[in-house]
Amino acid sequence: MIPELHVGWVLFAGAIGLIAIGVGGLLMSRDLFRVVLALAITEAGANLLLVLSGYRFDAIAPIVTNEVGGVMVDPVPQAMVLTAIVIGVGVQALALGLVLRIYRAYGSIDVAEVRRRMDDDIAAEAGLPLPSGREKPAVHS
Amino acid sequence: MMMLAALLVLIMLIAALAALLLRNAVAAVAAFAVVSLALSVLFVWLRAPDVALTEAAVGGGLSSLILALALRRLGLWRVGGSNE
Repeated sequence: MIPELHVGWVLFAGAIGLIAIGVGGLLMSRDLFRVVLALAITEAGANLLLVLSGYRFDAIAPIVTNEVGGVMVDPVPQAMVLTAIVIGVGVQALALGLVLRIYRAYGSIDVAEVRRRMDDDIAAEAGLPLPSGREKPAVHS
Repeated sequence: MMMLAALLVLIMLIAALAALLLRNAVAAVAAFAVVSLALSVLFVWLRAPDVALTEAAVGGGLSSLILALALRRLGLWRVGGSNE
């Protein structure tokens, strides 16, 4: 049963690798669309890690079959992950909606550009000097 | 069996890197779908067939569809490398 244990370690490394790649992408992406993709990749890695937590190498799937006896893998993490996948798609749709709204308001999805213009807008609304030192935008009635 | 799992994990990690590093956004969405489908095969491996079904249908299908539709609205939908 030693090779089966090794399979568990390989999958564990895969889950940790997915989470690491996703978090790295979240930190280093300059494009808001890539940020959404990195969020989805992180979520996939977390799902794999959760299912892996209930895994037993000698167990059968927790569904009704004709097999008699034997232990089942833990069904609770699987039910949780089933919910988390669907919730993840909902979160992703919300994030894409926000990205779309930002694109329509500013015409760009570059993180630095959007942040600079948001700072300018906030400063203009508050009557402060503009942080980026640009001309004041035209006051819309 | 061990080699197959290692190969699947390797494909999944390379596709995840490709989804973040590829210039073309449509190719990045396709790479994300590859990540999702490899993950669903790994769920079958972990004796979770219901989770694998959901991941393949929702993660690989619906999620990629949402991303592709958002790409069209963002004006990033460019197929083929010749134009820019």
